[in-house]
Amino acid sequence: MEQFTGTVWVLGDDIDTDIIIPTEYLALKSIQDMTPYAFSPLRPELAAQIKPGDMIVAGKNFGCGSSREQAPEIIKALGVRCVIAKSFARIFFRNSINNGLLLIENDALQAAVNEGDTITVTVNQDIEHNGQHYEITSLPQNLVDIISAGGLVKAMRKLNGLD
Amino acid sequence: MGSTIIEKIIARNIGAECVKPGQIVTVNVDRVMIHDIFIPFVADKFEEMGFTKLWDADKVVLIYDHLVPASQLDDARHFRKGNEFAAKYGMKHVHRSDGICHQLMTEAGYVKPGNIVFGTDSHTTTYGCVGAFSSGIGYTEMASILGTGTMWVRVPETIKVHITGKLAANVTSKDIILTLIGDLGADGATYKALEFSGDTVENMTIASRMTMANMAIEAGAKCALFTPDEKTAEYCEMELTEAESSLVGDADAVYCKEIYYKAEDFVPVLACPSQVDNIKPVRALAGTEIDQVFIGSCTNGRLEDLMAAAEILKDKQVAPFVKLIVTPASRKVYREAVENGTMEILAKAGAMITHPGCGLCCGRTGGILTDGERVVATNNRNFLGRMGTSKVEIFLASPKTAAASAVAGKIVEG
Repeated sequence: MEQFTGTVWVLGDDIDTDIIIPTEYLALKSIQDMTPYAFSPLRPELAAQIKPGDMIVAGKNFGCGSSREQAPEIIKALGVRCVIAKSFARIFFRNSINNGLLLIENDALQAAVNEGDTITVTVNQDIEHNGQHYEITSLPQNLVDIISAGGLVKAMRKLNGLD
Repeated sequence: MGSTIIEKIIARNIGAECVKPGQIVTVNVDRVMIHDIFIPFVADKFEEMGFTKLWDADKVVLIYDHLVPASQLDDARHFRKGNEFAAKYGMKHVHRSDGICHQLMTEAGYVKPGNIVFGTDSHTTTYGCVGAFSSGIGYTEMASILGTGTMWVRVPETIKVHITGKLAANVTSKDIILTLIGDLGADGATYKALEFSGDTVENMTIASRMTMANMAIEAGAKCALFTPDEKTAEYCEMELTEAESSLVGDADAVYCKEIYYKAEDFVPVLACPSQVDNIKPVRALAGTEIDQVFIGSCTNGRLEDLMAAAEILKDKQVAPFVKLIVTPASRKVYREAVENGTMEILAKAGAMITHPGCGLCCGRTGGILTDGERVVATNNRNFLGRMGTSKVEIFLASPKTAAASAVAGKIVEG
């Protein structure tokens, strides 16, 4: 079972996609150009602080708002290993799956962790924090298929006989 | 066992007798909409996926609206990339300055009752106003639809909203949908369909229904649906088939929640900073000083919205320290508002009138605000930093509340 350990950044409820990446930066040339502005309306310093392998723990309705797919792409480009939230907005959820960004739904973790804490995630099984284990549910098979193909682009390349 | 509207649309699309919430099905897409912000990404992903032709060029609509007219050097690159993609793959439906995508999709007849439509914008839920299942997606999924014509969806549960009775003169469909979002919460309808019924919505114009369907996403909804009726038929310039007019929630359909409202109970409301579900009555904030008023957007930039504002602004002046910005939702709305004298009233009252587009609503152009300023706006989002800096306070309201507040220089009921 895939397992990883990392440091958490803690955010609140309703972290919308305008917070993740404001519209004014959406016409920049590449995702890399946009990443310094991630979360800037809420925490302008955060993008520079996040290190590869870190995780984001948030409240309900993470990723609500616009359909901008740059939101999960930027989170992934910052090196965030996964986002654990009480719930996710539907477009953000689909966009994340399609880009291979792992999302985990969990009700209890946000209240239990402090920023800077270390957690260990065992995919499709549980999250460990300070000796406490939080069970996580597994994704439906059709989504697992997209993720195991390496995202939707790769799944389509396979369909078109390219890979 | 009966079906909800969304269950009927999906079942017919896939040729099944019926479908149930939770089922994952692959639907055939009737139409797609791509806008300027995402077209470069869609184009790149489409080719990266290895597709060499569109599944059906006639079903693809490209609309430039978020960046029109271009205000930053990079914006123009999006138009060039869009034009190249459209030419290469033989696209016929390209709108370069005709208005906001959601207004155009219904206004130009691209969406019909019972259709399944996806767009690269979250407010694609708007087309439920004519009884279509429409929802927002990202650019990667759009690229895969362009190649395959299909998309997987999970059949959603439905929340039914019954509204009966007559609205007060200063209350609009915007106040209804804001109140509902406040009651449900910003995630209260996540993954679900909203279905509206009752004589209040039956008596509404398509434009008013559009306002409600447009904002369904602000409660997290996958889609919002109104039963097609004679008003829909007139708006879509068609006669409804039996299948189309039977897109009504059955009496024995299963709903995950039913909500009942009396129209008489609604009052003018505001979504207060900085969450769309932070709803308060206008009178609770009456007297709050403001710096700007925005009337426009895919939520409330239609002719009836501009006329409602003009009725209040006629022979009056916008308060001297307030900037009033009016943005019609489309070129057609603009032209009609010029022809019937609405624009003259607005201009004489001191409004700045801009070209149709998304500029101010998404904080790109045409009226950005700074720290400590307050705006009363008829659009759909008051997120942190949406219309300027993160210290701007955005209050979402109906065109009537917005117009009255522009004259008073402070928040007041229309």
